[in-house]
Formats: sequence, C-alpha cells, structure tokens
Amino acid sequence: MKLSNIFSKRNLVLLRELVITDFKLRYQGSVLGYAWSLLKPLFLFAIMYIVFGLLIKLGSIEHYPVYLLLGIVLWTFFSEATNQGMASIVTNSDLLRKISFPKYIIVLATTISALINLTLNLVIVAILMVVNGVDIQSTIVFFPLYILEIYVFALGLALFLSALNVKYRDTGHIWEIIMQAAFYATPIIYPLSLVIEKSTLAAQVLLMNPVAQAIQDARYSLVTHQSETIGSVFGNDIFVLIPLAIVALVFIGGALYFKKNSKYFAEKV
Amino acid sequence: MISTESAITVENLYKTFKLPHEQSSGIKQAIVNIVRRKKGYEVQKVLKNVSFDIKKGEFFGIVGRNGSGKSTLLKILAGIYVPDSGSVVIDGSLTPFIELGVGFNMELTGRENVFLNGALLGFSKKEMTSMYQDIVDFAELERFMDQRLKNYSSGMQVRLAFSIAIRAKSDILIMDEVLAVGDASFQKKCLDVFRELKEEGKTIILVTHDMGSVERFCDRVLLVDKGGTEGIYTPQEASGIYARLNIEDEEKASAGAPKKAKKINRWGAGGITVKKISFYNDTKKTKIYNFGDTLSIEIEVSRDASHKDTEIVCGLAVFDENGANIIGPNSQHYKIKTGANVIKVDIPKMVFAPGEYKLTTVIFDENMTEPFDYLDRTEKFNIISDHTVHGMLEIDSNWSSR
Repeated sequence: MKLSNIFSKRNLVLLRELVITDFKLRYQGSVLGYAWSLLKPLFLFAIMYIVFGLLIKLGSIEHYPVYLLLGIVLWTFFSEATNQGMASIVTNSDLLRKISFPKYIIVLATTISALINLTLNLVIVAILMVVNGVDIQSTIVFFPLYILEIYVFALGLALFLSALNVKYRDTGHIWEIIMQAAFYATPIIYPLSLVIEKSTLAAQVLLMNPVAQAIQDARYSLVTHQSETIGSVFGNDIFVLIPLAIVALVFIGGALYFKKNSKYFAEKV
Repeated sequence: MISTESAITVENLYKTFKLPHEQSSGIKQAIVNIVRRKKGYEVQKVLKNVSFDIKKGEFFGIVGRNGSGKSTLLKILAGIYVPDSGSVVIDGSLTPFIELGVGFNMELTGRENVFLNGALLGFSKKEMTSMYQDIVDFAELERFMDQRLKNYSSGMQVRLAFSIAIRAKSDILIMDEVLAVGDASFQKKCLDVFRELKEEGKTIILVTHDMGSVERFCDRVLLVDKGGTEGIYTPQEASGIYARLNIEDEEKASAGAPKKAKKINRWGAGGITVKKISFYNDTKKTKIYNFGDTLSIEIEVSRDASHKDTEIVCGLAVFDENGANIIGPNSQHYKIKTGANVIKVDIPKMVFAPGEYKLTTVIFDENMTEPFDYLDRTEKFNIISDHTVHGMLEIDSNWSSR
C-alpha cells in the first residue's frame, strides 16, 4: 500500500460514510440520542467530584472541578477509541467477508467517531471553565497537540488490538483489565502532587505513560499551571521525548502488525 | 460484443484454508496446542492450480457443487481473500455482489444504506446522487426509502441490494446466486437486465446452480470441481456434466446413509409382488440416460403359490420433478405370458427434457381393476442432454413453408 493511497478520494468517501454511520448508530433507539455523549462523562464527573472532591477532598488544586472533568473527558476518549477500535474489525466482519476495501478504514472510522465525541465533550469543559472562572492562558495553543498525541497513541493501540482480537477473542477481556488498572495508574482523580509527596520516582514512572503525560500537560495548558507535568517532575522538558517515543513506537508497531494481518481478516474473522 | 482483450486473467491459483479443529481462537487453546505440539487445525486445499481468463463483454458462468470452492474463487476475484499463490489480473472496475446486501445495516434507512453501499463499492457521493433515482426506481421501493431496513421484507432488501449492484456503473459485475431470490416478476426483470447488460458489453460473472439461466445467458462456463472434471465448457456441456455430478453425489449419499423410514408409497392386494426393478439403456445397466437413449425397464415379480398362473397387466407412470404425469404406458395390449416372472419394457427414444423423473410401477389383475402391488414413485432415473430442450419433451417436427 502506497502512502498516497491511504487518503485517496475513494477511501475518504468511505471513511466519511463509515464515520457518519457509526455516529448515527451509536445512540440509535435511545430517547436522548446524542445527548448521552455529553451526559455520560458529566455523570461520571459528578460522581467522581462528589466522592473525591467533596468527601475525600483530594482537590487541593485550583479549579479542581475543571481539572477533574478535563482528565475524565480525555481518559474517556482514550478508552472509547481503544475499546471500540479494538472491537471494530470483529464487529464489521460481515462487511469484510463480502467486499474488498482497505481494512484500516474501519478502525480509523471508529477512532474518528470517538474524536468527534471528544469535541462535544470539550464544549462541556469550556462551559465549566467559564462557570469556574478559569483564565485562558497563552499555553492553550499547545492543547490540540496533546489531543493529537493521545489520538495517535490510541489509534496505534486500536490497530494492534483489533488485529489481535481477530486471532484471540480474549483480547477484549485482557484489555478491560489493563484499562481498569491504567485508570488508577493515571493521575485522573488524584492530583499528581499527592504521588510526588510520597515518591518522585513513582511520579516519574507514571508519567512515562503517554496518556498520563498528555493529560497533565493538557491540564497545564488549559486549566492551571499548578498541574504537575513531565517537565516539572523531571526538572527538564526534554523528558517529554520518552512518552512521545513510546507513542511513535506503538503507532508504527500497531500499523505494521495490522498491515501484516489484515490480508487474512476476511477468512479468519 | 466479446472482445479479445481479457477483463480478468487468472493464473495458477492456489488456495488452502486452515480449519481449526475446535474453537481455538482463544489464548488457552493456542497455549495447549503449543504444549502438545499439535497444529490445532486441518489444511484443506480448496483451489488447486486454477487458470482461466474472462474476455471483456463476456457473460461467464461459474458452476460447481456445494463445497467445490466456487465461493472461494469468487472471493479471490473480488479481492476479499488473498490467494496462496498464483495471480489475478483485473482490467476495469469490479462490483462484487456476493451474498445479498453487502454491508447493509438494519438500523439505517434505505436511503442511507444506498449511500453507504455506494461508498463501499467505491462511488463518490456525487456519483451516487446521480444514480440514486435509477436505483430506487428499479427496486420499486420509492415509498420505503426513508424507513429503516429492518422494517423491510427480505424480498425488498434483496431488490434494493440487487438494484444497487446492477445500477452501479462498473465494468465487471460478479453475481452470486442472485436468481435464487425474489418473486417471479422481479426475477424476470433481473433477466431482462442481464440481457441489457450483455448488450451493453459489460463483463458479467454469474455463479449459480440454475442451469437454465446458465444456458440462457452464459457464453462460457467454468466448472469448479475436485473430481477432475473442472474446466471451461460450453453452457450445454457444463449443464450435462453438472447434472451427472449431482446424480453421482445423490447416489453416493443414498448408498452411504441408512435407509430413511419408508413412506407409505406401496400398497396392493398382495399375492404377486414386485421383487426388483432394473434400468438399462441400449448397452448397460444405468439410471442416467442421454437424450434419445432407449429406456429399458425390467421388472421381476414373485408369485405366491395361489397365483402361479394368474394373468397380470403391468402399468407404469413417469412423473417429472413438478409431479406432472408425463406418460403412463401399460401392457394391456401386449398380453404378458401366463406365469411370467420377468417383464421387460423398452421405450425406444427418450424425448423428455433433461431432469429427474420418478417411476410408478403397478401390477394389476387382467382387468386392471385391482392392483396386486402398487409402487408409487419409488424409482428414479435421470435424463441429461447436451442441448437445450424447451418444454417438457421434444418430439420430431416436420416443417415446411411456401
């Protein structure tokens, strides 16, 4: 496959149709429809905020509600993109068995659909920012880069997992467990400063995870400069290259694994 | 017009499948297999060295029994499966129509499905918009286009799917088993479209069991089979071979399988019973006849002591696949010898259309009032032909003109 073919006109048309279909079907038959895209993270946020913000009082950080919501929204995006991306090939097996088209478009379509959801959720974040009186800082210009980073990471994982899922249907269960663990290993509900108090090394290790690093940086750029970032924990911004390298490796590895296996999806799925 | 240029060239195609022994798409099974040094699958060679080419503008048939690999071949042509070795070269755009409703989504409306389908087939939104009305008109589903597909009847879905495939402006069309669906009027419409497409010079590949449509439309036929009869034939040749293969299959199945519980298709007063019915043509024992062969039937009866010299009349009736009684000869005018135990009848020229026929055999008393033994459609024989027979049978006709 030539790189120029990946975004040929034909493939773009198909990608567009698949994204639209995915989005249309997502809340098909539910009364509230698309509103669920917004309501789900809002409720999750409300629960987290009541438990960790008001009862356990983890929120020593300024603008904690916004800080928390942004973390949840970004994590939800990552989780949705990887989970649905992973299942996408098996879910669409019907299609694969009957017609020939580039398979990666399916994975791309589901992850893009998750990206659209994220955009909607960010509107809620923006509203909460206004309500909470968050000042817009110049660092906001970097914000899209962190989303891109999470997206590329999620896409790489989704490509790998979706191909693996064709071979071993255990993949879904394993990934569910990994994501559970990763949720707590990522400073989403608790401020990273709590970890640093106990052990700087632990905080450094946590930030090797590209999602953790990107969420902390995104919070820094958008919500509060109190957010600990990989730069502040290591004392040098250069260390951001480690999670970035992981993202690149995962993406390239995932894409290659997918490419190698995708030829046989139709007969194995 | 059939061009000399090839639309599809297939050379030395091989394809094997690894069939897992059990549901081994789990990690546990994978580990168990590694530990036991078991492969966990069975290799099945589906296509072995298949080569052929299809000319532009040709109506090409692919026939074969179930499990002969024709679906696999089709999926390789459509680019869905990757061959182990060999090459497929396709010149032009290709629309595969494998099974019905490629990528139809039940939750979407008819209209949305048309556009999704179009995108899958590689058409832009603009191209689809211009084709849309034509597709809807052909499917005769105008009123239903804004309803969800799950509310369509299966016939409606098929019509929509078929309309998209056939109205899609591509050079090569692959049609799998399309004639098996739809009501009579829609089938007729499909056949008209086939004719039209043929005139337009499109390349069409038709995969089917229906020898009638093969004979009507196809220029050449690829027979896919593992028994060594695979190859390219004229539609008439293919039809004959295919019928023979099916009969052999059936015979094998009935020889191997335990006899099914007998239906009540035999009755009579008894005393004189049919012991054996044998079929011959001019030269040998057979149940497969070529058109024009002599059909000879030998009936062996056994008589109880009290009926040693009873006069009998033998009656036969031949039914076609639709249950129509084609002929019903009896021996009333030929007096069967008193006490004879073997009765033979020759029908000198089989003029029946190719197909499967059932034979009813009856042994009557001399007045044909009461049957001693009545065997209702217990025997089967087949007629094959290398030419098309229109109607139920073909009789000599002398034509003249002034």
